[in-house]
Amino acid sequence: MTEADRTIALHAGLVVVGAGPAGLAAAAAASRAGVDVVLLDAAPVAGGQVWRARQGVATAPVARALAGLARAGVRVLAATRVVMPLPDRTLLIDGPDGAHRLHWARLVLATGARERLLPFPGWTLPGVFGAGGLQALVKGGWPIRGKRVLVAGTGPLLLAAAATLRREGAALAGFAEEAGPLALARFATALLAHPGKGLQALRLGTALAGVPLLAGGRIVAAQGDGRVERVVLEQGGATRTIACDALAASWGLVPQAELGQALGCTLAPRFGDAALVVDGAQRTDVAGVFAAGECTGVAGAVAAQLQGEIAGRAAAAELAAAPPPRDLLARRLARELHFAAAAAATFAPPRRWRDRLRDDTLVCRCEDVPWSALRDQPDLRSAKLATRCGMGHCQGRLCHDTLASVMHWPRLPVRSPLTPAPLASLLAIPDSPPSIEETLP
Amino acid sequence: MSTAILVRVDGRPLEVRAGTLVAAAVELAAPGRGARVSPSGERRQPLCGMGVCGECRVTIVGQVHRLGCQTFCTAGMEILTDD
Repeated sequence: MTEADRTIALHAGLVVVGAGPAGLAAAAAASRAGVDVVLLDAAPVAGGQVWRARQGVATAPVARALAGLARAGVRVLAATRVVMPLPDRTLLIDGPDGAHRLHWARLVLATGARERLLPFPGWTLPGVFGAGGLQALVKGGWPIRGKRVLVAGTGPLLLAAAATLRREGAALAGFAEEAGPLALARFATALLAHPGKGLQALRLGTALAGVPLLAGGRIVAAQGDGRVERVVLEQGGATRTIACDALAASWGLVPQAELGQALGCTLAPRFGDAALVVDGAQRTDVAGVFAAGECTGVAGAVAAQLQGEIAGRAAAAELAAAPPPRDLLARRLARELHFAAAAAATFAPPRRWRDRLRDDTLVCRCEDVPWSALRDQPDLRSAKLATRCGMGHCQGRLCHDTLASVMHWPRLPVRSPLTPAPLASLLAIPDSPPSIEETLP
Repeated sequence: MSTAILVRVDGRPLEVRAGTLVAAAVELAAPGRGARVSPSGERRQPLCGMGVCGECRVTIVGQVHRLGCQTFCTAGMEILTDD
């Protein structure tokens, strides 16, 4: 008996990967239409990043959604990752009870986005976090009360992270948004066309009352002895140093499109970053594969929910005698995407990032590869082979994002497994794994 | 949610609230120390908080490379960080 025989093969009409706003909406829409749905997510509790559980308890919208899915008989697989796609509409998945093959008739990718976490001198010091990263950790019990936190970088997420950190008792040492006052004023004008979002921003902004605002401030370096003790910022040509216990920094979000890429879906730039290309029914260009939410372009949770509902309904219409998505959804989505375009223009990733690196700045923090080892490499493939940049745990999700999105190096194709997986899980592939010879170029 | 859970971090007992991430338990046990040591010997703390960067990796009761930011503490859990 081989390892593959021992694994259980699961079947579903629709498989949804990712249980954030898009995935939950897709699963709900399809199950309402009578489709048999499996929903899986890498996190132990559903919700994705925007609806992340606090102290292990699902947030209200997620609890409501999960209750509805349970009534509809949707199977929810928590703490489960897709290791790689297999032939014949099958995914190899790895979860708490090991590896399984999961067969799908239709697939919705709702894999979301991750923060753009860029390297700068001192960014590997303990106490330096992504802004959403620290927010997520704090929701999981990371002690923050009384700590002085500087929030810096760019993007609407900074405001949300700062509000959460303050509510949990952090003392904000400052808030430095790189987008200049002019860009912010233009964005405020765009907000006028979206009263709901304006109010949301106002509420978050109010939560920052009394926090030193460092408009246009850019991180030069994090410094300290074994942990961050201060951050040097450049603001309007002058340098200033902010004492803090933690730095929460990021520069917007990047679509997580690796699974779609591995399936062969086409990517194109949307709102500034490579994203999965979809049609009006959220179909990708691979038969049977839909995509919804931020893996198709970063446009926020409301857009993600609408796209998820469209994808779920469209998939159901193909599988069962269900009506296609209503035009109303498309009209509401168009409004959201209009807003996303304005946000992307305001909070664009910084230019000339290489000017912020020193020779000894580690670009790949898995393998400790400094910028000096990378600067003269002709492309990512050479960099990877010569320096191991992108060959560690994150598989280039941080360093290759950096080199592609702010240095404009062409991206490499994705390689399976998509996520580090135990060998036993890889042995669950039905046919014997490729020999070493076959994997050599 | 005041249920207390007893875990061990590098052999030392620690009481945490239910719903506490393993990464947070490591911080509570030894503030600022971090769980991972990089190839050049730097101590690291989690960066992304969402299972991407891998800086939160720990060993949990014999299972290596578990993501501390994607795993909740359970009663009696033995968590080991890098030396």
